[in-house]
Amino acid sequence: MTPSTDSGSRKAAPASPKSKAIRDNREKMLERSMSRHAYAGNALIEVLHTAQELFGFLSPALLRRVASKLHLPPSRVLAVATFYNFFSLKPKGEHTAVVCLGTACYVGGAVDLVQKLEHRCAKVGATSPDGKVTVQVARCIGSCGLAPAVILDGQILPRVTPDQLDAVIDRILASPEAAPADSASQ
Amino acid sequence: MTPEELHQRRDKERAKRSTEEDHLLCCTAAGCLSCGSEDVLHSLRDAVKTTEANVRVSGTGCLGLCSKGPLVKRESDGAFFGGLSPESAAALVPGRADLVDRQTLAEHRIEPTTPFFALQQRIVLENAGRTDPERIEDYILADGYEALSKAVTEMTPEEVLSEVKKSGLRGRGGAGYPTALKWELVAKQAATTKYIVCNADEGDPGAFMDRSVLEGDPHRVLEGMALAGYAAGASQGYIYVRGEYALAVQRLEKAIRQAERERILGNRVLDSAFAFQVDIRVGAGAFVCGEETALLASIEGRRGEPRTRPPYPPERGLFGKPTLINNVETFANIPPIIRKGGDWFSSIGTERSKGTKVFAVAGKIVHTGLVEVPMGTSLRTIVQDICGGVPGGGKLKAVLTGGPSGGAIPESLLDLPVDYESLSKAGSMMGSGGLIVMDDETSMVDVARYFMEFCMDESCGKCIPCRAGTVQMHDILARISRREAEPSDLEMLAKLATLLKETSLCGLGQTAPNPVVSALRYFREEFDEKLVKHPLAENTSRTASERRE
Repeated sequence: MTPSTDSGSRKAAPASPKSKAIRDNREKMLERSMSRHAYAGNALIEVLHTAQELFGFLSPALLRRVASKLHLPPSRVLAVATFYNFFSLKPKGEHTAVVCLGTACYVGGAVDLVQKLEHRCAKVGATSPDGKVTVQVARCIGSCGLAPAVILDGQILPRVTPDQLDAVIDRILASPEAAPADSASQ
Repeated sequence: MTPEELHQRRDKERAKRSTEEDHLLCCTAAGCLSCGSEDVLHSLRDAVKTTEANVRVSGTGCLGLCSKGPLVKRESDGAFFGGLSPESAAALVPGRADLVDRQTLAEHRIEPTTPFFALQQRIVLENAGRTDPERIEDYILADGYEALSKAVTEMTPEEVLSEVKKSGLRGRGGAGYPTALKWELVAKQAATTKYIVCNADEGDPGAFMDRSVLEGDPHRVLEGMALAGYAAGASQGYIYVRGEYALAVQRLEKAIRQAERERILGNRVLDSAFAFQVDIRVGAGAFVCGEETALLASIEGRRGEPRTRPPYPPERGLFGKPTLINNVETFANIPPIIRKGGDWFSSIGTERSKGTKVFAVAGKIVHTGLVEVPMGTSLRTIVQDICGGVPGGGKLKAVLTGGPSGGAIPESLLDLPVDYESLSKAGSMMGSGGLIVMDDETSMVDVARYFMEFCMDESCGKCIPCRAGTVQMHDILARISRREAEPSDLEMLAKLATLLKETSLCGLGQTAPNPVVSALRYFREEFDEKLVKHPLAENTSRTASERRE
């Protein structure tokens, strides 16, 4: 969750002295999170949350490291990581668009929004070939008063029509590679 | 903090408030925040700085009328203002009426006497529009932690329990199990380590009551949990919050820090021998974790798969210890029950369903938002009178309660009183309180398919009836939608529904057929009309929902 931190950590820029420093820091923060929970196996979900916030997604190497630190079999860590919808084992695109498919949004026409994104960007769960946009759906974001809603990079877009979404997609696709540079400087 | 200090703090805060001219409260719940209420709040604060006026500006919990956000409440006359821009909001500050013309402000004004506000009775949401969820002083001023202080100084755990029993409170998570019975079961256990767990994994799509309570009044939930801990003999609590609710987590974390700093929670609760602390566990997106044994597995860091019961959690729960699990709204009801007495609470509601219930009303409705009414209020009052009915003169077709575990209630039954028994007799359930309104453009076959798809995706896969049954039921519903199904498929659908209900391991599978069964019960003709070989099926234009398939 907390897509704001997510957007900051999503794309680690290619190795430069600066990004190296950030990466080291992330390792340290993950370590701190595990030690705060006394490396207890029952803190696995909390630790995976932190790991995903820091690194953007859970790579096999990351999962193996968490398993060994928490003294858990890797199979158990993988089992938990794949059980919950929140954890992503694949890197995400520059931007993430999440369409809420809760009942209120569904009745309000969210399916048309999913179709629009699938048509313009990528299938649900996938990232567009240019790495720009990851398309996801959510069960219910609890903002039913704003239905149908789309979350773009952590920001809720309320009462979206397919045409408005079109315009938003145009804007993202037109934007140059600004986002990764931003996140690297954070 | 001792109980005396708590009272002193309250009196001090009250004295400070009495010198203020007015209090402007801007809704900072998730709905209004995404309509820009943060800018409105800043604009109000800036405007106050430019005047001599002694005016307090705060954020506050969900004011309910989410469709009119961002909302501001003015305490002096109780008026609400909706859809304000930051510029026009600033004119609400006394002495700054020059900022916009009077006409503009009047257009945004919503009287507290409008049915939306006047017909509600607020207990759980009483502090929305009164307190700032981020300030413990505000909660203390609103008699917060008074019940906890009363319990640890004047009452034995048994007395707390008997007050809850007198109130007749039943679990607000959906099933309606008597709260006091559950507490008693845990209190009876001899184990020295017991746990209190707050189920804040509000997974029903279309329900956002618990979210609003957590975001708008986090201290109330903590106080309710501490009272439960006192009554049941537990000193550790966990709140399991949905991962999607980042703001709720943030506010809870802040509230816990404040309560620990003031020594209201911790080793000596309000200077007594009772110890209680609360930790947050953040879920990771699994609907099944709303089921109590799955939730416990998830807190333990495992896959959220339910297990067979008995033993029930009051005997063997978290880490194998006796565990009391209640829903957010249930805990939120506890402090006023202890403060004002169980008899007061049981005077509200119907004979078997006491108190109030919070509903999240959404869908094809004029006023989307949060509504709290006494149990026994009719659905028609909620949907038509309070929430203004279907917009644009459309025709109301059905109201869905209970999300994917509930069912549709047709327009003809809207005079049904809202209580646990009436709703389950009508083939739905109270559920956690989501109400989705459908108009005559909505296809009930499509809605049934939608909920079955939800259950199919969210089935954890542990037991076969649920894992395979939801897939088969979804398959049939999808074929009906595509007009490829035959009459025998409907029979199979009904058979599968019974099978899932009777043989699934947990509530998810047992209740998954409910939306289908209720749609078949009240809207059978919509299914029949789509079957192959039915004379009506030919030459019927296809509905919008089908074209999407």
